[in-house]
Amino acid sequence: MADYIIIGNGTAALGCIAGIRRVDPGTPITVISAETHPAYCRPLISYALEGRAKPEAMNARPADFYEKNGVTVLYGKRAVRIDPEAHTVQLDDGQVLPYGKLCVAAGSTPFVPPMTGLDTVGQKFSFMTMDDMLALDAAAKADSRVLIVGAGLIGLKCAEGLARRVAHITVCDLAPRVLSSILDEEGAALMQAKLEEAGLTFYLGDTVDRFDGNRAVMKRGAEVDFDLLVLAVGVRANTALIREAGGEVNRGIVTDTRMHTSLPDIYAAGDCAEGYDASIGANRVLAILPNAEMQGECAGENMAGGDCVFDRAIPMNAIGFFGLHALCAGRSLTPDEGGETIVERGPGWLKKLYVKDGLLVGFALIGCEERAGIYTSLIREKIPLDTVDFDLLKQAATSAAFSPAVRRQKYGGAV
Amino acid sequence: MKRVYVNEEWCLGCHLCEYNCAFANSGMTDMATALKGKRIFPRIHIEESDRITFAVSCRHCADPLCVKACISGALTKDEADGVIRIDRSRCVGCFTCVLVCPYGALAPGEDGVMQKCELCLKNTCGEPACVKGCPNRAIVYEER
Repeated sequence: MADYIIIGNGTAALGCIAGIRRVDPGTPITVISAETHPAYCRPLISYALEGRAKPEAMNARPADFYEKNGVTVLYGKRAVRIDPEAHTVQLDDGQVLPYGKLCVAAGSTPFVPPMTGLDTVGQKFSFMTMDDMLALDAAAKADSRVLIVGAGLIGLKCAEGLARRVAHITVCDLAPRVLSSILDEEGAALMQAKLEEAGLTFYLGDTVDRFDGNRAVMKRGAEVDFDLLVLAVGVRANTALIREAGGEVNRGIVTDTRMHTSLPDIYAAGDCAEGYDASIGANRVLAILPNAEMQGECAGENMAGGDCVFDRAIPMNAIGFFGLHALCAGRSLTPDEGGETIVERGPGWLKKLYVKDGLLVGFALIGCEERAGIYTSLIREKIPLDTVDFDLLKQAATSAAFSPAVRRQKYGGAV
Repeated sequence: MKRVYVNEEWCLGCHLCEYNCAFANSGMTDMATALKGKRIFPRIHIEESDRITFAVSCRHCADPLCVKACISGALTKDEADGVIRIDRSRCVGCFTCVLVCPYGALAPGEDGVMQKCELCLKNTCGEPACVKGCPNRAIVYEER
């Protein structure tokens, strides 16, 4: 059998390697890695900035992982062209590599919108990679004033990482609240309060109108002076290789539930892929780590001739700042679609369960995270609420709410 | 592999398993010194409703969601013995494992770092202390 090629060396690639090796122990795998590090735990970069994780101890796998799995990694190389007919990948150094099966696990790239005067800013950073983190780490000084554009997960984790080592942090976002793609108004307000308690200043519903060297002038007129600028507006899935090869691309590379793209023998997984999202019953980019791992595994198994379907992906996020954690999964309900939202709240905590058509379809737990995975399982496994003691579950996530038969299976058998 | 299984009809809800767990993982030799007057952070917990009680700890899943979801590489499955272990020096306490574990088997310890049942294989007990101390065989450690 011809070799496997994986474009990318992140979580989806690691999953893909595991998936391939489950079925095919021997055929060589080549990984094309634009970054020059062995696969590392990308979400740890903010903890590294904070000093809670050491860059040298962030590898996602043991040192002998690639060798043990018969994987050759081409570091510092980029794939620039896929020829689906010839089954080849061309690299930026001109090399052309033939493949039997290919997986595109190329991740995403920070999106930088056009901003007036951005070229006048001396020290500007993204926050997506180990190298981004190392650059910011070297630049951050005790007297640095930092402006972060983007109050999403990346911008705020960056802020948390820097908070205790710089003089001041300002965060702005066009959205009227922090973490606007994940939390509703009430949840976001709780998180924002925690972040403000840690000293962050926010300009929300506002954005930079223009930069003039170390000064940002906001749309609403405020002026923010800074030394370091972090751009965390958002990311775009890396879809160009597949689009240029004639494959179907939307916001991400479109795949079926076997992670196969529209091109023969080519699969996609992770942040670049638009796979099936069971919470909405349609394809969507779900740029979260567990999803990357599972999509990668599924793609890998199928590349090696296995038969794997991954149709259980749902959005889920565990996001914490300064000790306050928000755990969310599934989706929330819009007022006009009906259903029921169960809300409990207290000082510093909030719990929302979204119920529709006899199923739990989503939840948000802030400051009350205990056993949240039991709720997640109700969503993932689409467990009808009339088969569980939902009144008990409303109070707390507990497996005592499952029926005796389900409990016997879950706790009395191998899983 | 040998796992801890629940015979819920025998559970008295006495919580002894929680105390034995906390003691076995305390590194101390005297139970009173280890636990008396302290809040305990056991790796097994009693689930209860008004009808039933039973003890839940890590199921050591064949295909563990927590390991796949772990952002720090702290959670791993030992391919040799099937045990899912946590390297607490790598855990950053992000709660992703808590979000995905369908059994509610992971929770932070006293220091905020996650902990979980590792079957007492690496502490001085050598076999699950919860099972050893269960007065009614409501949890057992065996192959199924």
